[in-house]
Amino acid sequence: MSFRTRWRKSANVVMLSLTGLCALFTVSVLFFILGYLVWYGGKSLNWAFFVNLPTPVGESGGGMANAIVGSGKLLILASLVGIPVGLLGGVYLAEFGGMTFSFIVRYTTDLLNGVPSIVMGIFAYTIIVLPMKHFSALAGGLALGIMMIPIAVRTTEESLRAVPGTLREGALALGASKWKTVATVVMPAAIRGIVTGIMLTLARVAGETAPLLFTAFSNRFWSRGWNEPIASLPVMIYTYAIAPYDDWHRQAWAAGLVLLALVLAANVGARMVVSRGISFRRV
Amino acid sequence: MKTSEESRPTERVAGPATPWPADMKMRAAGVDFYYGAKQALYAVNLQIPTGRITALIGPSGCGKTTFLRILNRMYETVPQARPEGEVLLDGEDIFSLDVVGLRRRVGMVFQKPNPFPKSIFDNIAYGLRINGMASRGTLAEAVEKSLRRAALWDEVKDQLYKSAYALSGGQQQRLCIARALAVEPEVLLLDEPCSALDPIATAKIEELLFNLKDTCTMVIVTHNMQQAARTADCTGFFLLGRLIEFNKTAVIFKNPARKETEDYITGRFG
Repeated sequence: MSFRTRWRKSANVVMLSLTGLCALFTVSVLFFILGYLVWYGGKSLNWAFFVNLPTPVGESGGGMANAIVGSGKLLILASLVGIPVGLLGGVYLAEFGGMTFSFIVRYTTDLLNGVPSIVMGIFAYTIIVLPMKHFSALAGGLALGIMMIPIAVRTTEESLRAVPGTLREGALALGASKWKTVATVVMPAAIRGIVTGIMLTLARVAGETAPLLFTAFSNRFWSRGWNEPIASLPVMIYTYAIAPYDDWHRQAWAAGLVLLALVLAANVGARMVVSRGISFRRV
Repeated sequence: MKTSEESRPTERVAGPATPWPADMKMRAAGVDFYYGAKQALYAVNLQIPTGRITALIGPSGCGKTTFLRILNRMYETVPQARPEGEVLLDGEDIFSLDVVGLRRRVGMVFQKPNPFPKSIFDNIAYGLRINGMASRGTLAEAVEKSLRRAALWDEVKDQLYKSAYALSGGQQQRLCIARALAVEPEVLLLDEPCSALDPIATAKIEELLFNLKDTCTMVIVTHNMQQAARTADCTGFFLLGRLIEFNKTAVIFKNPARKETEDYITGRFG
């Protein structure tokens, strides 16, 4: 074998191994995280975790019921802001937009997506917490809702664009106005993509901590209504993890496991929704 | 050497001694059409007789589909498209009518079947619902009536709530025709409705078009000269954006006045 052949063969093997190792590393990071969480979190997961409030240090039987409910409430608020704005904004971009304005909207949406989450928190702090003079679920929900908007807009727009133009023409030719066509034919046809996009963006904001640190703050007890500071899983993890108590560390692991399980469930669920999606079959 | 007589397609005369209709359903006068700066139609003058089938024939890119889409203002989906001239429906200028109302009176069936991703029933009911044309009680009757007119009722009456996509191509196209008929249009525009279908489905659709004539004026764009000769009462020949000749089908195919028409009919080009 000549030198060139040997060099080519060994270069082949080296690159194959290198790329394979990188791929393996990517996958194993996820499994490591999962493994740690399942091992440490699984040990401290019990019924009390789900139904009890946090107890003073030293007492056993503490839980994070208020944080689980709190995360739920915050996600509901975020949806009220993020879903309508994202959905209708996406509809505008896909169906009604003129060239220049759509370009500007798309560009700023992408920029908004890149804004650091803590800056979102500062923004919500300035416009809600300062005037109200206290932390609240409203502020936290708004911060998360704004973070939902860019992804919701883009996935809605892409799902609507994927609907064939022939369907729109068919509806228009029957005497449907532009808006009726969109609402009664195009959106139902694109609904699976839209739902997937919303599930994914909810899963993303469910785990955000920085925007909640000085908007929703936290709460060791149940929060009434929407005007009080509210506990949430990510912030509880943060608080408990940096504290010096072992019991709290265990609870933080458990909370991490619950949060990750919810996010993974949403992602897997979203993929199942899209895989059974409508195919525009033509005979 | 075989003369052009041999290669002329066979024709079916539209009934014995049918009197030429005095009224014209639609009238186009001096119609130009532009896509941006590019002109696609030049001074088209055409009259669509009521209660008859009019065919528009011509080679690819000659403007026949462009003209068809002016009749129900579907060109408005293209931003740079602009017609000039006059088009009248029953004497009314279509460009000043409300476009939604116009499209209810002038329906369209497209080249490839485009049923909505809904059930068969909901496809037909769609036009009725959005135009507020039938209450809950009468909806089922109206749907049945449309499906009967489109010769599809017997085939689908037991599966009305199945997805429209479960039907074959020919059935889907008949579904689209039924859907267009449901809103009871005065004119039905058909853009090469059979070009994506097999000969048997084509024959079924041609038969149903023939049966619809008395209640609905039809304009059909077709690449298939034999189809025009079989189904249409009058035919217009388009070439490069101009209407070269327009007359009763029998005249166009037996005795064309223009050389270009004769060349096209006998297959010398196109």
